[in-house]
Amino acid sequence: MMTKFLSRNRHTVQRLGFSFITLMAVMTVLPIVGTIIYILFQGGSAISWDFITGFPHDGMRAGGILPAIIGTLYLTIGTAIFSVPLGIAAAIYLSEYAKDNQWTRLIRLAIINLAGIPSVVYGLFGLGLFVLFLKFGTSILAASLTLSIMTLPVIISTAEESLRAVPQAFRTVSISLGATRWQTIRKIVLKEALPGILTGVILGLERAAGETAPILFTGAAFFLPRLPQSPFDATMALPYHLFVISTQVPEMPIQIQYGTALVLLVFVLTMNLIATVIRSRARARRQW
Amino acid sequence: MEKSLNWREFIITRAIKASGYSAVVFVLLIFFFLLREGLPALGEVDASSLLNIRWYPIEDHFGILPLITGSIIITFGAALIAVPFGIGTAVYISEIAPRWMREILKPLVELLGGLPSVVLGFLGILVLSPYLRILLDLPTGLTAFTGSLLLGGIAVPTVVSVAEDALDSVPRAYREGAWALGATKWQTIWRVTLPAAKSGVLTAVMLGVGRAIGETMTVMMVTGNAPVMATKLGSLFSPVRTMTATIAAEMGEVANGSTHYHVLFFIGMVLFLISLVVNVIASSVVFRSKKRAERILS
Amino acid sequence: MTNKILIENLSLQYSDGTESLRGVSMGIRQNAVTVLFGPAGGGKSTLLRCLNRLNDLTEIKASAGRILIDEENILDAKTDVIALRRKVGMVFARPVPLPMSIRENVTYGLELAGEKRKSKLDEAVERSLKLSAVWDEVKDRLNDPAIALSGGQQQRVCLARVIALQPEIILLDEPTSGLDPISTGKVEAALLELKKEYTIILVPHSIQQAARTADYAAFFLQGELIEYGEGKSLFTVPKQKKTEDYIMGRFG
Repeated sequence: MMTKFLSRNRHTVQRLGFSFITLMAVMTVLPIVGTIIYILFQGGSAISWDFITGFPHDGMRAGGILPAIIGTLYLTIGTAIFSVPLGIAAAIYLSEYAKDNQWTRLIRLAIINLAGIPSVVYGLFGLGLFVLFLKFGTSILAASLTLSIMTLPVIISTAEESLRAVPQAFRTVSISLGATRWQTIRKIVLKEALPGILTGVILGLERAAGETAPILFTGAAFFLPRLPQSPFDATMALPYHLFVISTQVPEMPIQIQYGTALVLLVFVLTMNLIATVIRSRARARRQW
Repeated sequence: MEKSLNWREFIITRAIKASGYSAVVFVLLIFFFLLREGLPALGEVDASSLLNIRWYPIEDHFGILPLITGSIIITFGAALIAVPFGIGTAVYISEIAPRWMREILKPLVELLGGLPSVVLGFLGILVLSPYLRILLDLPTGLTAFTGSLLLGGIAVPTVVSVAEDALDSVPRAYREGAWALGATKWQTIWRVTLPAAKSGVLTAVMLGVGRAIGETMTVMMVTGNAPVMATKLGSLFSPVRTMTATIAAEMGEVANGSTHYHVLFFIGMVLFLISLVVNVIASSVVFRSKKRAERILS
Repeated sequence: MTNKILIENLSLQYSDGTESLRGVSMGIRQNAVTVLFGPAGGGKSTLLRCLNRLNDLTEIKASAGRILIDEENILDAKTDVIALRRKVGMVFARPVPLPMSIRENVTYGLELAGEKRKSKLDEAVERSLKLSAVWDEVKDRLNDPAIALSGGQQQRVCLARVIALQPEIILLDEPTSGLDPISTGKVEAALLELKKEYTIILVPHSIQQAARTADYAAFFLQGELIEYGEGKSLFTVPKQKKTEDYIMGRFG
């Protein structure tokens, strides 16, 4: 009798508990979906060909946001140029060459720390090293380098994970057939890990594309009448532009604000979507 | 041909090894430049005024206490949200959700991690703060509380993904053992799985808190930016200003090499050290628990 | 017949303290199947992996002794290990087709060695797949992924991959452990054919296989070579008590 009561009670507790946890998960996820849908709706009406391809005018209260779009594109590409080769090479070192010793642990600790440093501190560092010490000035170059270092830990850790997922037996077989270590990496390991690495790279660049704090003092411009001409020019950028028009410009039309937020969101979501598609397709096709 | 191959292989191997150490170099470089630009602040402003409660750089008041309390109260509020929701969602994803649900939820949470903080700040200004102002009957909606809410959301993905990894790595045999003894799934989660994943969950919480302390744009946009001491719980519903927001808001306007400039770098140094401590502790928890797991398995 | 390989007083210990070799000396004959057998952890695989320096990939605490192949000490630091591995091929316990087509699997080693001519590569593919007795089964699907083949076919493609490099010595580490009896029979038949041209060293997956295939047999126990001799006599009248016990199934 007693045990029967207990057991019924236990299952009631379980049902309540599960409902509660499920509710929490829903409350965590719903605002994300809500945010995206809300911005899609609010910003949709601002989007037009002129908005995407035009320059801002009337103190940015009218016109388009082309320079900000192009600027974010430049910064993302600049970040990729520096962080992708370096990050993948570092991941190859950790997964294929490094022994498990104190030095390797130091590298891992450094990567974890890089991942945890506040983005605005990256901004300070970029200002100190690239803008002032190396005299790159407030420029696309300085901002890209700053964003690269911030993106590095994401790329290294995801790339290392996908390199490690490639079965060890492939490496042993390749070496036994007379391949050098690097030939093995290039012809087998990298090829197999590529989708995973690509996913990590895109997710890292996605974060860089949406960042504001690191570029505040290293490369972002409030307003530019023309597109940047060289890596040593400052540039407008979507996230910084959104910050500017939503906090610094009085009587800013709300449509333009939502429109800018929407374009930034689409930029970031597209990258996210590409990464997700690459990952799931690679998983489906994988032979091991 | 063999010769040139060996030569190339040698160069490539060296380059890869050098890249491997780049992370260490960058951490040292960052620390060096923060010290270089931040330490002079100690010579220009004496310690007692740095630890003052007044931040008003135009009149040379460089008390960073209000900024520190501002960061603490917002982070505390964010943790109150991110920890239960983060762990709850992680438990749901790893223990309760059916497979198809997991496939939807994981990318969505990842997506939240990728949402630009400036977009959240923007919605905070336009949607959340006016709503909170009316709901809570406040003079302004730009408060520490608004910041905490959004920051909680920003920290959640970090907590979820690390905690979920930890739960996932609890051996299946633990759960099956508990079920075999007649425990319900719910009891198993609370008495077996979560305790077994304790250190990983703790790491998740720490990294989430670290993420919240470091967040800049959102807090700068929605917390009202008033450098006042936040000492009471009531301060949660008034404007505050964090260390990160102060740097972001003021660095653009100071003269390079001025006292103000050095003090802002000094604050950056403090932030760097906080994140260093949080991450070293968090990762040592992970390392330790890994060793323990290895001992059990061998 | 001459000794193709001469192992002199070889000792080795892994960093993690597992399987090791202690003072092993033996000569291995050309154009014969030499079988290394004994209970697990006896050092057979370690010895195989020394012969093509695959142990370089593992952390080793200490090693001593010499291995002479064609009178050259291959453990010498100056040895060109890449050339050595082309000369001493290896087939592993589990078939591991590389993630590419059947054809690319077979030509992988040759292309690394710098062979680019398509005619040469085609020739090598056909010759080695025929020698490993799998040509008829795969000749119409050479461009299919190798992973799509059955386990037995995969293992024979792996054998062909080694043969394609025209090595002088072939090492096989329990090559039939995961295969059904029919596939096992095909691999063993291929070995009989191959020994006319190559020196073969086999770690068998059972004593029965050892007895079936061995021209010469060596019994290993805990890193030591207990007995070594012609297969026929070793399996019928072993000289050592330990060998006899093992063959009779009294331990192991």
